[in-house]
This record gives sequence, C-alpha cells and structure tokens, in this order.
Amino acid sequence: MTSIKDAFTAADGSRKKAFVPFITCGDSSLDVTEEALLAMQRAGADLIELGIPFSDPTAEGPVIQEANIRALSGGVTTDSIFAMVERVRGRGLTVPLVFMTYANVVFGYGTERFAANAAKAGVQGVILPDVPFEEKAEFSEPLAAEGLELVSLIAPTSHERVRSIAREAQGFVYCVSSLGVTGVRSKITTDIAGMVELVREASSIPVAVGFGISTPEQAARMAAVSDGAIVGSAIVRIVAEHGEGCVPYVEEYVRSMAEAVHSA
Amino acid sequence: MNAVIELEEAYDRYKDDPTFNAELTDLLNNYANRPSLLYFAKNMTRDLGGAKVYLKREDLNHTGAHKINNALGQALLAKYMGKTRLIAETGAGQHGVATATVAALLGMECVVYMGVKDMERQALNVYRMRLLGAEVRGVSSGTGTLKDAVSEAMREWTSRIDDTHYLIGSTMGPHPFPMIVRDFQAVISREARAQILEAEGRLPDAVIACVGGGSNAMGSFYHFIPDEDVRLIGCEAAGRGIDTKETAATIETGRVGIFHGMKSYFCQDEYGQIAPVYSISAGLDYPGVGPEHAMLHDTGRAEYVGITDDEAVDAFEYLSRQEGVIPAIESAHAVAYAMKLAPTMDKDQIIIVTLSGRGDKDVAAIARYRGEDLHD
Repeated sequence: MTSIKDAFTAADGSRKKAFVPFITCGDSSLDVTEEALLAMQRAGADLIELGIPFSDPTAEGPVIQEANIRALSGGVTTDSIFAMVERVRGRGLTVPLVFMTYANVVFGYGTERFAANAAKAGVQGVILPDVPFEEKAEFSEPLAAEGLELVSLIAPTSHERVRSIAREAQGFVYCVSSLGVTGVRSKITTDIAGMVELVREASSIPVAVGFGISTPEQAARMAAVSDGAIVGSAIVRIVAEHGEGCVPYVEEYVRSMAEAVHSA
Repeated sequence: MNAVIELEEAYDRYKDDPTFNAELTDLLNNYANRPSLLYFAKNMTRDLGGAKVYLKREDLNHTGAHKINNALGQALLAKYMGKTRLIAETGAGQHGVATATVAALLGMECVVYMGVKDMERQALNVYRMRLLGAEVRGVSSGTGTLKDAVSEAMREWTSRIDDTHYLIGSTMGPHPFPMIVRDFQAVISREARAQILEAEGRLPDAVIACVGGGSNAMGSFYHFIPDEDVRLIGCEAAGRGIDTKETAATIETGRVGIFHGMKSYFCQDEYGQIAPVYSISAGLDYPGVGPEHAMLHDTGRAEYVGITDDEAVDAFEYLSRQEGVIPAIESAHAVAYAMKLAPTMDKDQIIIVTLSGRGDKDVAAIARYRGEDLHD
C-alpha cells in the first residue's frame, strides 16, 4: 500500500522532490474530479491533496472559497467523496492522497467514522488547517488508529513552535510560504530556507511548501530549498475557467509544474 | 496560533496590572458612562402582575450598547501590546461602532468587516462607523452575515498580525478571546449584583439576557454563577421558530462542533457543514455560541430558551410603551422572556433583565416588519 513517504522517495530509496497538486472535490462534479486525479497522476504528481469542501473555509482565499461553494451547491457530500476515491483507486490511481478539509467536517461526521471510511476509500492522510498543533491529539489519535497521518502546518509566524511541531510531525510538514490565506501571489518574500532549516534541525521529515505558488519558476525555487511544492489556487482557477472540460488543461499545467519541481 | 499565544501572555501580564486597570476604569466611568443604572421597571412590573422587574441599562452606555465595555478593554490591551491597528467583525453594527469609537479615542486605525446583508439591514451604523473614521469592508462570501464577517476578519488577521489586534466582539473564537471578552463584560454583573443588594437587600431570583455569541449574557451571568439560587436564563433568537430552518437558536437546535477556533454548539448539517441561520436581529444570527455558554448549558447552571421574531417585536413595542425605553431588538428577546416569566412568579420575587442596547438602530426595520415603509 502506498504511503505519504513514497511521494518523497525515489525508486532507489533516496529522497526526491515532490510535486503536490490540490483539487476541490466535486468542482465542477465528482466525475471531473475523478478524471482530473488520473490526469494528475499521468502528469507526474507525487501526492495529491483532495479538498473536501466546507461551508466556511477560513484558511482559503477567494479562488478556493468559490470552488467550495460550487462543489457544495452541486450536492457533494463527504460520503460521495469517499465513494469517488474508492472508485478511482479501482481505476489504477496509485499516488498517495491526503484530504484537505476543516475540523468540523471531520468532527461533525464523527472522527472515528471519518478515519475508518477515509482509510477504506484509500486515503493516506488528512490536513486540517484550523486545528493547531496544540489541539491535534483529538484528531491525530483516531486517524492513526486507522493508519492515517495528520499533516502539520508551519507558518512564518510559528517561530519557536516549528521545532516542537517538526518533532511530532507525520507524513510531511506543510510549510506555509506567506502569511494570510491561500491564493496566487506574485512574490514570496518569506525566508523559506530558514523555516525548512528549523524543521531539519528537529526531524528528518520531508517539508513541502505551499500557499501562493503558481508558476514553474516559483515551484522550482521553493522545491530547491525544500522537499516539494504544493499548488492549489492556480489549479482551481483552471477548473473554474474550463469547467467540465478542464481535465486536459489541468494535466498540461501539472506536467509543467511537476517537471519544474523534479528538475529543481 | 502565535498571535493568540502572544495575546494570552499579554492579557496575563496586564489583567491585574494596577496602571492598566486604573486607566480602564477611568475610561469606563468617565467616557462610557459607567456604572450603568439598575432601573426598577415599575410599569412593566405592575402590568405583568408578578415578579419585580429590574432592567440593567447597558443601553445607556456611550454608543448605546454593552459592546463598549469589551471594546475599551481590548483596545487598551492592544495599545499596551504596541498594536496600532484594530480590526473587528460586526453583525448589527453595535460592536463595529464601539470599536470605531474606541479607535478614534485612542488614535488607532480601524477596519470593520460586516456582511453585505447586514450592511443593508443596518445602514445607519455603517455610516456611523465611517463617520468615526473607520473603514467598513463589506463581506459577500457565504451568507453575507456575522459568521462571514468573523471568517474574513480572521483571514485578515492571519495576514497582518505585527501591528494589528483582532478585537473580537463576543465571547467566542479561539482561547483566550472567550475569557477576555467575558472578563471585560463581567462589569455588568459586578455592578448589578451590588446594585440589587443595595436596592432590595437580596439577590434576584432570575437574571435574563439575550444570547448570540453570548457576551452580554456572560457578562450578566458571571458574578451570579456562584449564587446557585439565582436562575440564569439565556434567550436565543428562534427566528421563525425552533422547529423551522429559519432560526438561530444554536443551543436548542445545534450540536457540538469545532469552528472559528472553538468547540461549542453550532447549527450544522449531518456532514458538519455550518448551517445558514436566520433571525430578525442581525446581532443574534450567528450559527454558534460562546463555549462557556455551552458549558453552563451542559452543567445545567444556566437555561437557554428560544424567542421568536414575533415575540421579540412584541416585546420591543411593549417596553417602548410601558417604560418609554426602546430596546435593541436583540435585548427585546430577553424582555420577551421576562414577559412570560414574571407573571408566573410571586410579587416578592425579582428578575433582572439586561437591556444590552438601545433600539434606535432597529426602528426602521421594525416599522418594515409591521408593514410600514420607513427610510433610515
């Protein structure tokens, strides 16, 4: 069975750079999501973040907020997303998958039940941006019981907390490149290398950088100082623009980004 | 997360600091018009024919609501922390006005987030905030109401924390906010308890306050919590009824969830999606409730009841005619329950109702509710 670690590990066992695309499930339909996942795998994605839409996504900028609204108004539910994942695993999707959603989506569903059904569907981890490190046990323990990893985030303001977060981190550390919410940024000014260094002092866990990355140049630059790059809003924008016909455009974009990251 | 850790450290440092407290007390007394009156509502008492009804007159505070108590406390704390800019969310606009007022007084920059639907319902308060020098940013995401304004203020705070304090308006959000807001609002029950002992020589039988996020209710309850014979009653906005979908009665219709940095009761669907809520009152239509209210409910120390739009509007008109006091539509929810409860009690029993704000801002909306087209 695949694991998050595989995304950062080359065939010979050495560490490799990972490209991590994000997509909101059910935007514009679960059928589109299913095809997009297979396309991302073909294009070289190493790990895929699957957004379970939430009514009030407080960590998201306008692009992903709107994707959440589109998906929810299309009638997508956590159960229909589990079913889609199970289906696409059956169609040959082997890349590791992590859900990106919010605390209440998991808690409201029942954390133990969520963990069991996510694991059964074929998901390896969960990212919950509104659960701080200090409160993570309530989620990480039931998830771990089903073999799922809870990915921790670090922000430019995390300072001395970075080391404690890194020491207990699972899967990989999600390094938030800039203050604020998700969304495309023309410039990333944070000292990413410094943040990655803090993690590496405490742990050998991979570090991937996200928030604000949209061009192959940015992705390569971020991957050069870390273990990978995560891209969300730029992909969601392509989905929003092309709707049902977005899959070839997503595939082409992911290929250019994955190549940039892999040669970083 | 570091922002709330920094805030908690600062609060621990200053909450018992004599200089900080002297300055805050001076502002409360000489700027905000505290202590507020505990007014014996003679006409209402006679008309209802039961318990004596006292009104804790937070409506007489500067800016017309209890919100100023917390705004002064937090803004002063922010100033001591070296912050120069305040951001806030607002529903009915009372907290936005209080924050804009305090920002003007203390020479701080101020941005208020307000749902576009609420901006329409409370146009007068939007202008009032601008008059006070604040920037009002309309929030059109989600339902365009209070919860979306909270989300947007939180998003803004994560992008700019160096010089900015998020002056949250109710006993909600991540720790330490519910505790800080409660402490700054506890002045209501500290005064009310002393005032009723002075006036009646005994404690009240019940304290009633309206609950949205729950700040005036927490402030009204806090110093009575150890007095176990005092019933504490929170009035939630039932909207068109707790058996309809158009309600904001969180404790009666919601279940435990985790949102906006707190674990408490929330109106939500089976998948944990936050439900749209409705009330005639823009200050009460929040899908959650402060976590300390959830605790008081679970332990049985406080009771929570739903008051419908109709009942609140009746109470709004009733208090205006009986006592010559126009309450905020939020506070009218508490008055409405007092109107039900007082007649069931003995004449020697006592109820304190917190009038959290004045109703000038609601006059046009109530006129519309009654079918009259009145321009703000």
